[in-house]
Amino acid sequence: MEKEKNHSRPVEESDVKDNSRRDFLKKSALMTAVALTPVAAARAAEMHMDERLAQVFEKMPLHLEINGVAHNLMVEPRSTLLDILREQLDLTGTKKGCDMGQCGACTVHVDGHRVNSCLTLGIMVNGKKVTTIEGLAKGDQLHPMQEAFLKHDGFQCGYCTPGQIMSAVACVREGHANSEHEIREYMSGNICRCGAYPNIVNAIQEVKEGGMAI
Amino acid sequence: MENKIAKNPSATDGLSRVDGRLKVTGKAKYSAEYYTKGMVYAVLAGSTITSGSIKSIDTKKAESAPGVISVITYLNAPKVPGYQDTPAGAKGMLRIFYDEKIWFNGQPVAMVLADTFERAQFASGLIDVTYNKTPFETQLTKNLDKGVSPHNAKDYLRGQEEAYKTAAVKIEQEYLVPTNVHNPMELHAIIANWDGDDKVTVYDKTQGVVSTQRNIAQAFKLQPANVQVTAPFVGGAFGAALRTWPHEIAAVMAAKLLKKPVKLVLSRADMFTAVGYRPHTWQKIGLGATADGKLVGISHQATGQTSVYEDFTEGVVNISQLMYACPNVDTKYRLASLNVNTPTPMRGPGEATGAIALECGMDELAHALNIDPIELRLRNYADTDPLSGKPYSSKFLSDAYKMGADAIGWSKRHAQPGIVMENGWLSGYGMASGMFGAYRGAATVIARLLADGTLDVQTAVTDIGPGTGTFMTKVASDVMGIPAGNIRVKIGDSSLPPSPTQGGSAITSTVGSAVNDACVQLKQKLKELSGNVEGGSGGYAQILQQHNLPAVEVTVTSKGGPDMAKYAMFSWSVHFMKVLVHPTTGVVKVDKAVSVADCGTIVSQKTARSQIIGGTIMGTGMGLTEAVVIDHRYGRLVNNDFANYHVPVQADIPQCEALFVNKPDPYINPMGAKGMGEIATIGVAAALANAVFNATGKRVRDLPITPDKLV
Repeated sequence: MEKEKNHSRPVEESDVKDNSRRDFLKKSALMTAVALTPVAAARAAEMHMDERLAQVFEKMPLHLEINGVAHNLMVEPRSTLLDILREQLDLTGTKKGCDMGQCGACTVHVDGHRVNSCLTLGIMVNGKKVTTIEGLAKGDQLHPMQEAFLKHDGFQCGYCTPGQIMSAVACVREGHANSEHEIREYMSGNICRCGAYPNIVNAIQEVKEGGMAI
Repeated sequence: MENKIAKNPSATDGLSRVDGRLKVTGKAKYSAEYYTKGMVYAVLAGSTITSGSIKSIDTKKAESAPGVISVITYLNAPKVPGYQDTPAGAKGMLRIFYDEKIWFNGQPVAMVLADTFERAQFASGLIDVTYNKTPFETQLTKNLDKGVSPHNAKDYLRGQEEAYKTAAVKIEQEYLVPTNVHNPMELHAIIANWDGDDKVTVYDKTQGVVSTQRNIAQAFKLQPANVQVTAPFVGGAFGAALRTWPHEIAAVMAAKLLKKPVKLVLSRADMFTAVGYRPHTWQKIGLGATADGKLVGISHQATGQTSVYEDFTEGVVNISQLMYACPNVDTKYRLASLNVNTPTPMRGPGEATGAIALECGMDELAHALNIDPIELRLRNYADTDPLSGKPYSSKFLSDAYKMGADAIGWSKRHAQPGIVMENGWLSGYGMASGMFGAYRGAATVIARLLADGTLDVQTAVTDIGPGTGTFMTKVASDVMGIPAGNIRVKIGDSSLPPSPTQGGSAITSTVGSAVNDACVQLKQKLKELSGNVEGGSGGYAQILQQHNLPAVEVTVTSKGGPDMAKYAMFSWSVHFMKVLVHPTTGVVKVDKAVSVADCGTIVSQKTARSQIIGGTIMGTGMGLTEAVVIDHRYGRLVNNDFANYHVPVQADIPQCEALFVNKPDPYINPMGAKGMGEIATIGVAAALANAVFNATGKRVRDLPITPDKLV
């Protein structure tokens, strides 16, 4: 798997090929739409035209900036930002824990605000700036919240951690970290089943009290 | 006593997690996060009936949906050769896509394979299934009379049966623990990829790469060495990934059929039915004592639910045989088969459930006797194991009682319940103990010193969250005198030397000992090379350089010695809770939680503290919020998501204190360390129930203690 470590597979707008071709002939609706004869349809299928055509009908362009990098993608309107990040862009730091907006593992920042990326369709963030956990550190220098989570052991298994950290950064920026009680309230959308909650509160308090610009 | 508390780790003392940097930067890769070219996405479709058989299954619409490559059902599923090992009619693990039979609601009936996740998910809704329904039972409390005695959990009797009935003071009560679901944050996931017909690689959420390797090899009749299982990071499990579940077999089967890598990630709803859970269990406890609080008899019965196709047993009543010095003890354990999926051990398996009956029962008895609950426990303190008669390898539970009582402020507790108000809330204190067997299995570790002074420590063990790599680093660092930063740990890979499955609170003891022994031998080998000169990191590197050696390594298998049989070995805990209960709404707030662990030497301070606190929080969910709800008219789960199955969130949890007796066990292993994963949770829910009683005078015997039960 070493060779695949750095492998990402962005589906860019210019890339209209797909690994697996659909069976064009089954797509009667599409055939009607493009008014092709069966013979023409079969020829089109052989030429991989089916995926190209389907893309026109089923995919939409999505232009966004992720961690400072511009991406021009073609995505299905039903694809969530979470699945686009994880499955198309190999940004797997953002986690899927429920796919229903109930656990917070998928928390990212969109134009600086925390959102559940599983409840956000990709096309909803067209033209916006997305920050994921991969974009928080400056090179080798961790973000103060990442440092504080390490120091206070704000996690065990680590799976909810990217969402907790993204949420924690936003919690401080929003001005919702003024007391233990307030932190607990405003961090309750991020579930940690290992039970690192008190440590997470300690980490956030340290960052808040440190007064650094985060 | 004050000194002991002061010596306990503060929140930031000790080695930070060695894999922490990967976890806080999103670089730690979990099982669904490996990309393989040509990946196929799988989504399961579940049965909508609870018992019966599939009459017809039409997959045409799904198969012609965009991107769909295949739909697997029992009609076309490739044969899993290992499935023939179970004789016809015998009970055993669910054989996925094996035949038309439906045993429980949500049982997988089809798996859609498509080129994207979205397409697979969409098509999974296009499968038309018709069924022949048969009558079903899903309600434990209506089927208690059908309980049978499992072959591996026989009735137990010490002294006289039901002796508690003859005692001067006695209590007799029934308790219900609902189904709890592990719900680790990482969804169970597997990527399977075959290389030809006889080799397969899987990235899998598992607590044991070696057992998963063995199970997949058995199912597909492969050489175990030809099954590569990789799981360097596991996003929590709590018992849910102890087994190789049917969905894992399905993914391997599909990858073989398609000759492509297949990724299957369970949905959160699947997490309630595709993997196990802590079974709904009914209990009855009878406790009798003399007027001065000496136990006369304990009678403990329990009936837990299991599936109709497989028996799952756990040690619910064992804690009553073991916890207290009592001359007369009888226990009975029964299983009731219902149309549900098979349960599996969940953190503190059995004992956490049993502790509800025993430790709430002790609280009820203390109240009846008008004796302080801690004092009652001390009057019945076991100095030798009541079950085997053997001496304990170590037991400092009485120290733990004292430490916890001091930390929570037990002296402020009023014996009379329901009378203390605090800012408009009823206030109360409760405590309960926990215990779990301390084990040491066998593990093999490679310790390799490189010429640049780096120490590599490697074994197959997984880390589901407690910090396995961190304590391995700490043990190696202590033995070798090499700084933690120069030690690299590699785990979670079946090609490494074998370690047991992470579970049963045995890994620190087992793998820690193997790391210790390997490092001791490596150190000896280096010492011999250098002509008996001791060396630190620089010194070791010099020895290698002088001998022109790129590396020196040892591979050491380590296991427990004869002392294991001479002593009764247990870890102990006591949990203290202060709760506030709103008199009008019945809302329960945990105001303060203190858990004290007597589990030998604390190897890794920071991670140990987190593990205890985590157990307290899981026990809080068990006590106050968590219960699976089945609509028994249809046999279907109605709360299979986080909005309706309530695991504790931030707002539910106060600052929790974790204290350690931190005295070494002289017999269990070279570190003197015993396990703590289970005792962290065992007794927590009972302590909460006891605190709620102290606050309100209301004894809730049907968990969880939701507001409706208090108003």
